Amino acid sequence: MYEILEKKVLSDTVKLMKIKAPLVAKKAQPGQFIILRIDEKGERVPLTIADFDRNKGTVTIIFLEVGKTTKQLGKLNVGDSIENFVGPLGMPSEIKKYGTVVCIGGGVGIACLYPIVKALHEMGNHVISILGAKTEKLLLLEKEISSQSDEFYITTDDGSKGQKGFVSDALKQIIEKKKVDMVMAIGPIIMMKVVSDLTRKYNIKTLVSLNPIMVDGTGMCGGCRVSVDGKTKFACVDGPEFDGHKVDYENLMLRNRRFVHEEGDACRLAGVQ
Amino acid sequence: MSVRKTKHEMPEQPPKERIKNFKEVPYGYSKEVAIEEAKRCLQCKNKPCMKGCPVEIDIPRFIACIAQGDFDKAAEVIKAKNNLPAVSGRVCPYEEQCEGQCTLKKLGEPVGVGRLERFIADYEQKKGAKIPKPPKSLGKKVAVVGAGPAGLTCAGDLAKMGYSITVFEALHAPGGVLMYGIPEFRLPKKIVEAEVDYIKKLGVTINYDVVIGKTIAVDELMKEYDAVFIGTGAGLPNWLNIPGENLDGVYSANEFLTRVNMMKAYNFPKFDTPVKIGKIVATFGAGNVAMDCARTALRLGADKSYILYRRTEAEMPARIEEIHHAKEEGVIFKLLTNPLRFYGDKDGHLTEVEYIKMQLGEPDESGRRRPVPIPDSEEKMKIDTALVAIGQSPNPLIPHTVKGLQVGKHGNIIADEDGRTSIPGLFAGGDIATGAATVILAMGAGKKAARAIDQYIKSKK
Repeated sequence: MYEILEKKVLSDTVKLMKIKAPLVAKKAQPGQFIILRIDEKGERVPLTIADFDRNKGTVTIIFLEVGKTTKQLGKLNVGDSIENFVGPLGMPSEIKKYGTVVCIGGGVGIACLYPIVKALHEMGNHVISILGAKTEKLLLLEKEISSQSDEFYITTDDGSKGQKGFVSDALKQIIEKKKVDMVMAIGPIIMMKVVSDLTRKYNIKTLVSLNPIMVDGTGMCGGCRVSVDGKTKFACVDGPEFDGHKVDYENLMLRNRRFVHEEGDACRLAGVQ
Repeated sequence: MSVRKTKHEMPEQPPKERIKNFKEVPYGYSKEVAIEEAKRCLQCKNKPCMKGCPVEIDIPRFIACIAQGDFDKAAEVIKAKNNLPAVSGRVCPYEEQCEGQCTLKKLGEPVGVGRLERFIADYEQKKGAKIPKPPKSLGKKVAVVGAGPAGLTCAGDLAKMGYSITVFEALHAPGGVLMYGIPEFRLPKKIVEAEVDYIKKLGVTINYDVVIGKTIAVDELMKEYDAVFIGTGAGLPNWLNIPGENLDGVYSANEFLTRVNMMKAYNFPKFDTPVKIGKIVATFGAGNVAMDCARTALRLGADKSYILYRRTEAEMPARIEEIHHAKEEGVIFKLLTNPLRFYGDKDGHLTEVEYIKMQLGEPDESGRRRPVPIPDSEEKMKIDTALVAIGQSPNPLIPHTVKGLQVGKHGNIIADEDGRTSIPGLFAGGDIATGAATVILAMGAGKKAARAIDQYIKSKK
């Protein structure tokens, strides 16, 4: 059992939890993820590691309440425990000196971006961060990420904070002004696709972090397979980060909708909205 | 006295009934029938049946005990060698092993060794397994990676010798393929849990949610333990590598069976993990896993469940019993059929498979006649779900993360007969070493490795 040591409500639908998981905390690296199962009837759900503290043995997760499991998780409180919490899974981000890097986070993807921004910054890169959300209320970790960034931008769809528009608009302005060596984009699939389409034109190396449906997370089921450069890869063991210019986003979007209907049924029956 | 030429029948759920539920298909012998079947055994002095047993059970002896009605003693004889008899009594390919060597085969059918083993194992489980007196602790620690048939056998045997054993399991449940792969109707999960419970009562600790190679490195285990056994199995699904394989509706057998068996998707939404089946299901492959998939599909409500296989029935790798059960239940076999491409609708849902008819040509390296396409024989078939059951490869997580470990070209860990790898103190056995094989061969490998580990640790003193 893995105890919830801290809980923060970041917005109506986004919550942060610090979970006691010393073995995971000891090995966690930016870019990796965990799989959790709330109770013995639960499903296995992958969530990216948003932060970790090796000394305290804690792992931070930030999640959007989108399906039955995340809604149920959001109802748990400090002192409650989760049945299973396994990781760190997947390959870590490649943290090295790139030069100038633009780190883009969209929606709850911002959470996964934070440890990567921190590590890239500590490595001596010139880090430019762009956070995007539909509206100001849905922005996450502004303070944390801005404190680890050399330049910091916000875009909102409705203009309630920062620049009105999309992260790709802000990115385009940056690219036109200065040389960018690498772009890291984590967020909704459509955002990662738009960013990758843009950077392809400028020939800028772009990494995206994918979060497809998984079961075991160890390479066993292949449910998380994605097509990268025409080859089938498993996000759980080969990823979750891939060359953004080579991912088949259409197929990924479709595969992530595989159980939309069932998810709705499960939510209705569990009485979570 | 003349010997009955055929095995005593084991009663089964009728096919029409059983395709509506996930309950076990055969019911097992009654005491009376078990005794009668045991009496068929000729008690051959040279014990040919034992030569066929990978875990070295004294088969004539336990059968003699049954014939005398001493079931407790029979259980003791089996358990002396086999930690998981309720499992092997259900899923062993006896026809190729013990029963394949039985002298009675010259007259008719062999003794139903598998059925008798199952009878005794179930008898013992019902009664509560007798736990052997704990041996004197040797003060040595062994780590076992993977709680599947190889790992559990190795752990159980070493615990019985007096070693302190910790098993590390990546998933949240023990059993490996016994839990995620083999369906409830063939191997009830309660039976597996009871077997695992026995292993734990021998003093074995199982730690779940630990992925060796990620959560803890093999090198760390090597430092902390006197020896390490790797039994991580063949978890990596093989694909057909044809266009359309990533469409919604195409599952690997592993994903499909894991959802249904381990995550209990057949109980959705009581359990949270869903699975979708549709009306027409096609399973590709013809091994035991393929039969499991096709039969599971029927139980989930498919109208039609097909097996598509590129050779003929004679070449099918599945056990005859499994093929027989599948046919009884209405699985339709489309033989000499090789898939070429999957088609989907505009939303990416699988709608059709295109295949080509095959004929058998010259024998290949495996000795089986090679299937060759018949020109211009392409056809299409409407399907909602495709289950790819064409085998698994060794899980790459450990072979790829241990420096100096010799790995074969199929990604398997290279180990000798007794599980010794290229690194002293590191042992491996089961599918991770051999590639995908049977539960009982994995158990046999775990057993041999336990002996080699004992030897290794004692020789270090």
